[in-house]
Amino acid sequence: MLRIDRATYDAIVAHARKDHPDEACGVVAGPEGSDRPERFIPMLNAARSPTFYEFESGDLLRLYRDMDDRDEVPVVIYHSHTATEAYPSRTDISYASEPEAHYVLVSTREHGEQTGLVDDEVEFRSFRIVEGEVREEDVEVVESYLFGHTPTTVVYD
Amino acid sequence: MAIEVRIPTILRTHTGGNKTVEGSGATLGALVDDLDTQHPGLKNRLVTEEGKLHRFVNVYVNDEDVRFTGALDTEVKDGDSVTILPAVAGG
Repeated sequence: MLRIDRATYDAIVAHARKDHPDEACGVVAGPEGSDRPERFIPMLNAARSPTFYEFESGDLLRLYRDMDDRDEVPVVIYHSHTATEAYPSRTDISYASEPEAHYVLVSTREHGEQTGLVDDEVEFRSFRIVEGEVREEDVEVVESYLFGHTPTTVVYD
Repeated sequence: MAIEVRIPTILRTHTGGNKTVEGSGATLGALVDDLDTQHPGLKNRLVTEEGKLHRFVNVYVNDEDVRFTGALDTEVKDGDSVTILPAVAGG
C-alpha cells in the first residue's frame, strides 16, 4: 500500500495538470527503509512529449547524488498519462528499475481543460513493478505524515 | 588506485549488495569486462548483444554522461569515478 500525505498527493496532481498535454514526471524521496514519501521533487520531462517522459541525464545524476547524500531513496516515482488510463504502459514496465518504489500513475485525460467540465477528475493510482510484473496497490491519503499513524491524537486549537 | 564504480540498487544483486565496487581498464568497455569477471552477469545488464550500452542505463565518468564522450570507448583511468544509474523514463 502507498501511504501519502495530502499535500504531496495534491502537488503531484497539480504538476500533472500544469504540464498537460505533455507528460509530467518526478520523484518523492524518503529516508531509506522508511517507505515514507516525504520530499516532493518535480522533474523536467526532457522528452517534452504527450507520450513519453524521461529525466534528463544531468538532472538524474544530481537527483540520485542528492538523495544519496541524504540517505534517501525514490519512494515514489510518478508520471502522468495525458490521453490514456493511469496504468503502466509497456514502455513504463520495460524501464521500471526500482523494485522498492511505488510507481504512481496519474491520468489527466479527463481533467478540466480536457473535458471543459467543472467537476473534473484526475486518476491517481499506484503500482509495484518488479521484474516486469505489475501489481496495483491501494493508496491511502493521510492528512499529514507526522500524524499519519495516530490521527485520533491530533488536537486542533 | 583503481576506478570506483557506483552501482544502482537494481544491479546490487550482482555485487553482493555493495553500493560501490572497484575495477580497472583503459576504456569503459574494458572496465565493464573487468567488473564482469568479478561480478558475473553485470555486463549483460549494461551492454546489449550488439555491444552497445543499454538505453535503460545511464553511465557517467566523473559526472559526464558517456553518451556524449564515446560510450564504451570512453577513456578511463585510475582515480576516475564511474556512476551507473537506471534511466527514469517511460511512456
